[in-house]
Amino acid sequence: MSEQVSYDDVKPGAELPPASYPVTRLSLVKYCGASGDFNVIHWNERIARAVGLPNVIAHGMFTMAQAGRFVTDWAGPAVAVVEFGVRFSSPVVVPDDDIGATIEVSGTVEEKLDGNRVALALTARSGEAKVLTRARAVVRLP
Amino acid sequence: MAINRDYIGRTFPAAAPYEVSRVKIGEFADAIGDPNPLYRDRTAAQAAGYADVIAPPTFAIVISMAGSAPAIADPGLGLNYAMVVHGEQRFEYDRPLMAGDVVTAQATISDIRDAGRNVMVSTKTEISTVGGEHVCTAHSTLVERGGAA
Repeated sequence: MSEQVSYDDVKPGAELPPASYPVTRLSLVKYCGASGDFNVIHWNERIARAVGLPNVIAHGMFTMAQAGRFVTDWAGPAVAVVEFGVRFSSPVVVPDDDIGATIEVSGTVEEKLDGNRVALALTARSGEAKVLTRARAVVRLP
Repeated sequence: MAINRDYIGRTFPAAAPYEVSRVKIGEFADAIGDPNPLYRDRTAAQAAGYADVIAPPTFAIVISMAGSAPAIADPGLGLNYAMVVHGEQRFEYDRPLMAGDVVTAQATISDIRDAGRNVMVSTKTEISTVGGEHVCTAHSTLVERGGAA
């Protein structure tokens, strides 16, 4: 985790350092158990393909969690996340190998708001696909 | 089977109270691969001004899903879950969920609409402590692929 970012340090338009997060079939099994979302498309390749998906896909919420981690890692421990929203534009396809997939998250400071709040615009990609769009977090900084 | 539009605006009874535990938060943080000490170490959480370990922002989905499950799984709604993918998700937080919170989730189906060949079902779930403190509002949109009427 990084040092604490303060509101006064933040400049509109500034880029946040990008980060990459791995996702494997094991990640999805663990996420099924931890979240309670056992939708078969997240662990059963046979059914995932039968319903027209290219392979098993990650939970959208797993991808969103990586974007959340990106924000809290950048902001530091005293951040309060006020609002966090995403659109899942494309699935993160997770092959059954030892490598899995990678989720790459980047972001910029969209604007500084009152009450020490900062709006961040986020993007997440996996391979060629943009997996999150309209991803935005509003955080309150010290 | 087509989705039943009569369900728009329907509110489902709050799920049984959910007790947020340090163990569950740690399990969730492990599952998303986030090593943040605020999710595991009470001392670190207290240093940041919290009474106990806090949950990652997206942990609220665990509770909101439990709240919206009666709606999503209602056979009368007619959602084919194998064809469902998550379309959109947004949270508004009054504060983070934290260990020791006992919360309920009350879901309302806010919208059902076609988008091309798909149908989108949106829910709004209010998460509050049993003491009446509002903690989080979760807005979810599920997409049933090929489910348009």
